[in-house]
Amino acid sequence: MKLITAIIKPEQADNVKKALNKIGVDGLTMTDVKGYGRQKGHTEFYRGSEYEVAFLPKTKLEIAVSSKKYKKALETILKTAKTGKIGDGKIFVTNLSQVIRVRTGEKGDKAI
Amino acid sequence: MMKTISKVLIFLVVLFQSTVLFAAAPKPVLNPGDASWMLTSTALVLLMTIPGLALFYGGLVGKKNIVSTISQSFMITCVVTLIWFVCGYSLTFGEGNLYIGDLSKLFLKGIDVASLNMTIPETVFICYQLTFAIITVSLICGSIVERVNFGALFIFVILWSIFVYAPIGHMVWGGGYLSKLGVLDFAGGTVVHINSGIAGLVAALVIGKRKSKARPHNVALTMIGASMLWVGWFGFNAGSAVAANGSAGMAMLVTQIAAAAAGVAWMLAEWFTGEKKPSLLGMCSGAVAGLVAITPAAGFVTPSAAFVIGLIVGIICFLACAKLKSALGYDDALDVFGIHAIGGALGAILTGVFAAKSIGGTAGLLEGNAEQLKLQLIGVVVTIIFTTVVTYIILKIVNLITPLRASDAHERDGLDLSHHGEQVS
Repeated sequence: MKLITAIIKPEQADNVKKALNKIGVDGLTMTDVKGYGRQKGHTEFYRGSEYEVAFLPKTKLEIAVSSKKYKKALETILKTAKTGKIGDGKIFVTNLSQVIRVRTGEKGDKAI
Repeated sequence: MMKTISKVLIFLVVLFQSTVLFAAAPKPVLNPGDASWMLTSTALVLLMTIPGLALFYGGLVGKKNIVSTISQSFMITCVVTLIWFVCGYSLTFGEGNLYIGDLSKLFLKGIDVASLNMTIPETVFICYQLTFAIITVSLICGSIVERVNFGALFIFVILWSIFVYAPIGHMVWGGGYLSKLGVLDFAGGTVVHINSGIAGLVAALVIGKRKSKARPHNVALTMIGASMLWVGWFGFNAGSAVAANGSAGMAMLVTQIAAAAAGVAWMLAEWFTGEKKPSLLGMCSGAVAGLVAITPAAGFVTPSAAFVIGLIVGIICFLACAKLKSALGYDDALDVFGIHAIGGALGAILTGVFAAKSIGGTAGLLEGNAEQLKLQLIGVVVTIIFTTVVTYIILKIVNLITPLRASDAHERDGLDLSHHGEQVS
C-alpha cells in the first residue's frame, strides 16, 4: 500500500479527483495549503506599491492506494495535474504500513 | 408745536420704512421638496461613513486589523455625534466671529420643530452637517490604521472635531473668514478633504511607520465600500445645494462624470505602468479621487469641466500614491493624503479655473476672472496651515495623556485581538 501526497495547483484539483474516480480510486483527503518551490513567490501591486507574496496557495491531496492500483493512480495524477507551466507542484510517495477502516475495523487493502 | 409734529412725522416715516423693510425681507418658509431631499441626503452621507468608508478601509488593511479599522469609523460616528450635540454645531454654525462660531446653541439650545434654516427644518440641517463632520474625522484614520492606539484616537477625535473641524467649517460655511473672502467650496473640498488629508499626513508622521506592511486582505470589501461612497456622494454634493433644485441636479451630474473620468484615468495610468494590469483597487481609488476633486467644484462647473477635472485628478492622485509616497517615505497607510489632500486641493484650485458664471454665478480663470483662482489658493493655504498646526498640537497633547501608538506586541498581534478582543475568521 502506498500513500500518495500530491501538492498541486488548486485549479487542477477537480480534474484530478474526477479522473481518479474513473479509475476506481474512491477516497482522498484535500487540504488548502501555502508554500513555495522553484517558482518562489510572486509580486502584487496595490496603488503602485509592490508587495512580495512569498507563499502561494496550493492544494494538497492525500490518497491511499493498494499496490495494485498504485501505478495507474500515479499516472492519472501526473496527467491531470499538469499544465506545463512552472508551479504545477510535486508528488511524494510513501509506503503505508497499515490502513484501518474505523467503522468496521477492516484492515489492509480491504480498508482502502 | 412744529417740533412735536416733525418728531411724530419722523417717527411715522421710520415706522413706515421699517415696516416696508420688514415686509421686504424674505421670511424663511419651509419648502417640503427641499426638506425631503435634505432628509434623504442626510441618510446618504451617513451611509458614506458607516458602512461605506469602514468597508473601503477595512478591505485595505491586513486581516488581523479589519475589526480595528472598521470600529474606528463606528466609534467616530458615535463620538462626533455627541460632540456636535454638545458644542460642535454651535461652534461651526453659531454666529460668532470670523474664525469660530459661538456657544449660543450649546446642547442645541433653542431649536424646536419650527426652527428653520433657509427652507428646511434646522433639525435636518443639523443632522446633515453632522454627517460631514463624521466622515471628515473618519477619513483621517486611514493614514494611521494598524498601529494607532484606540484610546488615544478616542481623545484625539473629541479634540480635533472641536478645535479643527469647527473653526474650518465656520470659516468656510458658517459665515466666517474664507466665505467672506469669496472662496468657493460647494460641498467640502477644504473643510472635509484637504482638512482630513492634511491631518492624516501629520498624524502618520507623528505616529510613525508601521513595523510591517500587510497587503490589502480583501479588495472586494473595498469595492463595496467605494461603491457606497459613490452613491452616498450624491447626498454629499447634490445635497450641498440645500435645496431640491437645478443646482442640486447639476451637482449630481458633474459628480457622476468626474468619478467616472477619474476611475478610467487611474485604471489606464496603472495599465500602462507598474504591473501593467487594470486593478480593481485602481478603478475604485480613481473614482474616489474624482469624487473628492469634484466636491468643491460641484454646483460651479459644467459637465465638460467635470470630465477634465476627473481625468487630471485620476492621474495626479495615482502618481501621488504610487510615486510621491515612496519617494518621500511617509507611511500614509491608506493614502488619505494622496487621495483626499491632493485631490481636494486640486479640486479647490480647479474650481477657480473652471467656475462658470452660468452654473453657479461665479466666473473662474477661463472666463477671465483670475481673482477667483487667487481666492481658491488662499482657501487651500489657510486650511493647510491651520490644520497642520492645530492637529500637531492636539496629537502632542493626546500623547501626554496616553501613547498615540499601540505597543509593538499589540501591533505585531494585530489590533483586532489586542485592542478589541475580537477577530474575523
